[in-house]
Amino acid sequence: MRRVAVAGIGLTPISEHWDKSLVDLAVESSCRAIDDSGSLNFDTLYVANVGSAFIQRQQNLGSMISDALGIKGINSLSIEASSASGGFAFNEAVRAVASGVSDSVLVIGVEKMSDALPEEVASTLAMSEDQEYIAYTGITNFGLNALIHRFYMECYGVTASDIAMFAVRCHEHAEGCNHAQYPFKISVDRVLTSPMESDPIHALECSGIGDGAAAVILKPFEGKDREVEVLATATSTDIFHLTQRRDITTLNAVCSAAEKAFRTAGISRKEVDLLELHDDSTIMGVLSLEDLGFAEKGKGSTLVVSGVTSRTGELPTNTFGGLKARGNPIGATGIYQISELVMQLRGEAGKCQIENARVGLAENLGGVGSSCSVAILRRL
Amino acid sequence: MSVPRYWREEKYRYRLIGSRCSKCGEIFFPRRLVCSKCRSRQLRDYKLSEKGRIVSWTIIRNPPKEYEKYAPYAVGLIELDDGLKIISQLVDLEPEEIKTGMRVEATFRKIREEGSSGIIEYGYKFRPVIE
Ligand SMILES: [Zn+2]
Repeated sequence: MRRVAVAGIGLTPISEHWDKSLVDLAVESSCRAIDDSGSLNFDTLYVANVGSAFIQRQQNLGSMISDALGIKGINSLSIEASSASGGFAFNEAVRAVASGVSDSVLVIGVEKMSDALPEEVASTLAMSEDQEYIAYTGITNFGLNALIHRFYMECYGVTASDIAMFAVRCHEHAEGCNHAQYPFKISVDRVLTSPMESDPIHALECSGIGDGAAAVILKPFEGKDREVEVLATATSTDIFHLTQRRDITTLNAVCSAAEKAFRTAGISRKEVDLLELHDDSTIMGVLSLEDLGFAEKGKGSTLVVSGVTSRTGELPTNTFGGLKARGNPIGATGIYQISELVMQLRGEAGKCQIENARVGLAENLGGVGSSCSVAILRRL
Repeated sequence: MSVPRYWREEKYRYRLIGSRCSKCGEIFFPRRLVCSKCRSRQLRDYKLSEKGRIVSWTIIRNPPKEYEKYAPYAVGLIELDDGLKIISQLVDLEPEEIKTGMRVEATFRKIREEGSSGIIEYGYKFRPVIE
């Protein structure tokens, strides 16, 4: 297998881009990645997207977006794995380059959510769950997270405020981030007095609705200056129905994806300098810390409260604000995470820069943890 | 929604039928064709317990399409007496009354309507058991 590098990245700010279409956003991020890498030619293009079939009534994004970029005659298609689409598309791109079948791959994550009404967004997100027996009950994705959140608090004696701190830290990190949707601080009291989204989850513990696109370019590793090496990527799945999992507070897909990724990378958890985690609501961020192997079960929020996951802590986490504050344009989120690791590892993170960033890990979740991707990146 | 899509789940939703693996005995809801424990393909219909207790619960305040007029509504994760877990709306009680561990039973209710001329869907919801 060949060594693989991220050769270029490009982001749009996450916002409600009323004046831009899904294709406009995809093209904007891709052009930035192309300019960043200096590479114009690709043999493969993967588009990570979740909602276009339902929200824009648009499919065949592979052909549509490659043409919009003026690229003809390549292998181009979309990849869908719920909100882990970005991470899964990245994984496929890495495999394509590592195996030698591709020499240059462009991966675009794009989501245009503001074209839909809020209840249509809730329906789109609920499409990640079984329509006949889960979505059918009227439960939403945040509702499923809420079932875990309440059970976790009762099981481990963790307080609402401890878990809410995950959102507070995310917002601290988003301050000064140019592409973040909500780049400002919030207090834990503000989180806990915000209206309930889905009890016991407060509105300010949830990621919002935003549009955005992120693009990365993958090539064989050559050891050039700004290259960041992909040490490992791995994906995994869990029992699809939350109801059939033995312990709903353990995200088995995260455990197994992390296990595979660390084995491939040949490094220990102690060597990881920063994390970008999938906190679509606070509890999922806390569980991610635990199931990736950075905290004991029931102790994830302790790392957050004590400052370990803060910018100046031992394990800075969600250094541009995570899903909560940077934003969560569903299919694009995984590519934002990868781009953010690259910015940190290159030392180009501006006000969000952490010190001595050498190895970073990104974790992207789909459904209520039924799909997970993990990527480990390293600067030489 | 097409009529067959609704009709083919009727038996399972109206009567709470899942699957039991003839080989290893594992039970499942919803029904499945391959056992996820031993991968046997010999599964038979299995009638679920209609009573259980609330393991966790939430209130849905920002519902998906076609559920708007019911919001806010409670949804519970229920462990049935046979050990299977099921997610269902909780009815005939106020949110303040819901407690983890509460005994509940299945009841037949309307789930949603597809506009004014589409299918009206029915199925299970759970309500408190009056002992
Ligand atoms: Zn079996």
